[in-house]
Amino acid sequence: MATPVLEKTEPAGSASAASPYITVTFRIRRFNPEVSAEATWQDFQIEIDPKERVLDGLHKIKWDLDGSLTFRRSCAHGICGSDAMRINGKNRLACKTLIKDINPEKPITIEPIKGLTVLKDLVVDMEPFFQAYRDVMPFLITKDTNEPTRERLQSPEDRERFDDTTKCILCAACTTSCPVFWNDGQYFGPAAIVNAHRFIFDSRDDAAEQRLEILNDKDGVWRCRTTFNCTDACPRGIEVTKAIAEVKRALITRRL
Amino acid sequence: MSTTETTASGIGPVEGGSVHTVDNPAPYIEAPRKRTGRTPRSTRGNFEMYGWLFMRLSGIVLVVLVIGHLLIQLVLDGGVSKIGFAFVAGRWASPWWQVWDLAMLWLAMLHGCNGLRTVINDYAERANTRLWLKALLYTATVFTILLGTLVIFTFDPNIR
Ligand code: HEM
Ligand code: SF4
Ligand code: FES
Repeated sequence: MATPVLEKTEPAGSASAASPYITVTFRIRRFNPEVSAEATWQDFQIEIDPKERVLDGLHKIKWDLDGSLTFRRSCAHGICGSDAMRINGKNRLACKTLIKDINPEKPITIEPIKGLTVLKDLVVDMEPFFQAYRDVMPFLITKDTNEPTRERLQSPEDRERFDDTTKCILCAACTTSCPVFWNDGQYFGPAAIVNAHRFIFDSRDDAAEQRLEILNDKDGVWRCRTTFNCTDACPRGIEVTKAIAEVKRALITRRL
Repeated sequence: MSTTETTASGIGPVEGGSVHTVDNPAPYIEAPRKRTGRTPRSTRGNFEMYGWLFMRLSGIVLVVLVIGHLLIQLVLDGGVSKIGFAFVAGRWASPWWQVWDLAMLWLAMLHGCNGLRTVINDYAERANTRLWLKALLYTATVFTILLGTLVIFTFDPNIR
């Protein structure tokens, strides 16, 4: 053996006892409106290294077993927010969930996120989610001039005030884990409130009052029941429920 | 390696079969969450904020009122066995207990009513179901508050 091979002493081909691969069952919620109005569960058995991620398993299925499996993903590294799904009953990013962390002994259930219309398999219609996001005006609004004539300076303390909510990647894991959103989908949802919070508490922004008024709606912050599902679901570790509470407090102190 | 049998489309056995073709496309699914013309107008006002505050403030007062009530009625001085017409009449002879019970009646009823309103909003899915459940809730609440208030103020210990 002239070729230097890293840590490979056994001859290739022999199924070594040290093989990292295990057999895992992926139980996936399949839906294809062109075939049936009903969604069904389908099991797939795959060989996978438990240190790999659920997304790798989905790739194995799509590339090797069943090309019709449909899901969204883009960056595969927890940045783009496109692959939020319900894995073993909890909203997570498939690209940030390791197989070994979710008990591969039992079948791993994978469903689309709840509360949004399923288009196919794991792909949902995100439009109502982004509608709520647009409704809170997620962009800088300044009073006197919009012209960027000079840098808008901010102290580190003022920046720190809303640091947590700048981390949002709009994956919808929080909003679609909220039981209030599941009912009629009219609740603005945690993600919209998080992104409003990001501007309400930004010292450079002048439209906090308008955004607070929007969230004072019947379907705004007051529908939050402090269930904490959103905080548990957020793959970015944002303290979502705390951000919602801060918006509530800002409303109360400004209105009373 | 799929354990279930798969059909030509790659989907497991499903009911109904493939009824849709290019000429007979599947129906377009309207997203139920879409803001359409029938979506109720947004209501911005401070009502929900006051409701939220009221739940917390009345809750704090209710802790004192309810625990005091339970202690007096069920624990202290012989427990439940002492409760009778005479016991109630004795307590309501004092304006202090009249006001106590009146406050407890109003706060608990309004608190419970608003709480159930939230529950209805959270669980009833159709607009009509909501309307009727809330109508029933408000009727029951108004009736109970009025009846209770009437009794507290017009109670006659010498009734025969
Ligand atoms: C003893 C002191 C009490 C405290 C501190 C208290 C506190 C609260 C609070 C803070 C909420 C709002 C929860 C939320 O917004 O998520 C609530 C909800 C509620 N309360 Fe009370 N409450 C008390 C007594 C009562 C009583 C006596 C009744 C019945 C008449 C009642 C019935 C309800 C109902 C039906 C709800 C809605 C359920 C829910 O929000 O999950 N509570 N309570
Ligand atoms: S707050 Fe967290 S869970 Fe919600 S959309 Fe943003 S990143 Fe996703
Ligand atoms: S694929 Fe981009 S966040 Fe998971």
